[in-house]
Amino acid sequence: MPTHSSVPVAAPFRKLGMPRYHLMIMLGLAAVLSVAPFLLYPILMIKILCFALFACSVNLLLGYAGLLSFGHAAYFGMSSYVAAHAAKVWGLSPELAILCGVGIAVLLGCIFGALAIRRQGIYFAMVTLAFAQMVYFFALQAPFTGGEDGIQKVPRGALFGLIPLADDKTLYWFVLVVFFACLLALYRIIHSPFGQVLKAIRDNEARAVSLGYRVNQYKFIAFVLSAALAGVAGGTKAIVFQLATLTDVYWTMSGEVVLMTLIGGMYTFFGPIVGAALVVLMQNYLASVGDWVTVIQGLVFVACVLLFREGIVGFIASKLKRPL
Amino acid sequence: MFDLLGIPPQVLFSQLLLGLINGAFYAMLSLGLAVIFGLLNIVNFAHGALYMMGAFGAWMLLNYLGIGYWWALLLSPLMVGLFGVLIERLLLRWLYDLDHLYGMILTFGLALVITGLFRNFYGATGMPYTLPPLLTGGHNLGFMFLPNSRAFVIASSLIVCLSTWFVIERTRLGSYLRAATENPALTEAFGINVSLLVTMTYGFGVALAGFAGVLAAPIYSVNPTMGSDLIIVVFAVVVIGGMGSILGSIITGFSLGIVEGLTKVFWPEASATVIFVIMAIVLMAKPAGLFGRSS
Repeated sequence: MPTHSSVPVAAPFRKLGMPRYHLMIMLGLAAVLSVAPFLLYPILMIKILCFALFACSVNLLLGYAGLLSFGHAAYFGMSSYVAAHAAKVWGLSPELAILCGVGIAVLLGCIFGALAIRRQGIYFAMVTLAFAQMVYFFALQAPFTGGEDGIQKVPRGALFGLIPLADDKTLYWFVLVVFFACLLALYRIIHSPFGQVLKAIRDNEARAVSLGYRVNQYKFIAFVLSAALAGVAGGTKAIVFQLATLTDVYWTMSGEVVLMTLIGGMYTFFGPIVGAALVVLMQNYLASVGDWVTVIQGLVFVACVLLFREGIVGFIASKLKRPL
Repeated sequence: MFDLLGIPPQVLFSQLLLGLINGAFYAMLSLGLAVIFGLLNIVNFAHGALYMMGAFGAWMLLNYLGIGYWWALLLSPLMVGLFGVLIERLLLRWLYDLDHLYGMILTFGLALVITGLFRNFYGATGMPYTLPPLLTGGHNLGFMFLPNSRAFVIASSLIVCLSTWFVIERTRLGSYLRAATENPALTEAFGINVSLLVTMTYGFGVALAGFAGVLAAPIYSVNPTMGSDLIIVVFAVVVIGGMGSILGSIITGFSLGIVEGLTKVFWPEASATVIFVIMAIVLMAKPAGLFGRSS
């Protein structure tokens, strides 16, 4: 399998360590996403972008560190609550509100991450799920979250206090910039020496230990980075939809995002984006069938695990014989 | 009567009883999870949904066929167990050579399907299941009133848990099971049909969940999501106890139920999260779990 070092790299992007075909995909993605709001409902596109970030955060752990977190709703949801609270009650501008959300996600990620990495495999998944459920109960009882009602009518405010975000198109461009900034940062992290060590841990933890790597420190940092990214997604979502509710912290959300990663391809960089787009579109077009959405999602889960484990992008990557 | 820290004993004991009942469910469910995990290496996420199916099974038997509680205690777990056999033969069978995570993801999907289907047909609101006449009423123990239905739940859960322990640890069939858990290939070489054992084990573990569901039917209301939140608490119980030991699962289940009940008396707001906090403490002090073998 060709590694990216053997592929000719466009000079300005050598620092990013991005092979040309990845660059083409990024540019293609940017082009499609720039045209999309003129063809599709911008709010739907923003929803896709937020969930794509969220799915990427899960995939940083699952795909690159081999850790299945079944509790990422905790970071997504709490960030969404704190961002909504900061924007509505403290009157902060949207970028600061989102930063507050990311702050709480990082804090939670530090606490739960430090504890969860003490167990491996399925225990790790159960521990993260249990902690997320604890956060859910907290959100259910804490006064500032508004219980069953959630935090509604969050003001979108003005970016840096200058650019009002009330218009959906303006908002879309803002989210698109956030999305690409995070995506490039994530790309850099995954293709850095740090990312290589993560993959080594994923493939054979004992070997990484014997090579002298402090495996737990790497896992911990990956966990916190992943929680932070989930926080960006959650905070942005709260500002865009002007709403933070219990749905965002509930375990079904954690499951949904794992499904997105799985459909897209969990060992690929671009897979979660595709998966998120598909799941969000599916929910959007199946909204009329009510509870059947849950059944269909469950069936997709089962079918993916049995028949299509590599996911869509993973399948394409194996056909092209290139990592995507 | 005496007062404990300003709390009347009736309140204390009735909460303890409620805790013990919750503990009975934790014990039965985590026991099933442990047995399944031991042999199949799969964390059965569908356990909560199958527990719900057990409760619905009892409800359907009563309302569609007029079959009462006592027969339901036998028939409903049997149906859930058969359903489990189908799941194992049709779906789980293909996952044994893969990473354990796939088993968890697949059963998560199953849980969504089962819960979703029941919600479509029966709605999200609970349905009452009337107590059989034998279990109504109760006894006054002097310090508290003990309803028969609750005493029955605790007693039957204890009996089922301990017989499971006995079968696995003290009988020939159990020795096959333990051998297959330790080394399936070698066990097969001795002429034991491990594949059948695996199917039966899954069926049995799931039937335990179904049995718990029938016990829960008259106490809690029967509704499609009754297992969804419960299963996550049971996961925490399993992490605290470690899945290595049968008796460990039973003891951990009951004691955590009691701890939860006591928390409800002294600090009600924390009762929903106390088990997760204990999990965090156990992870710090003894990561493999109280009864777990460190891997």
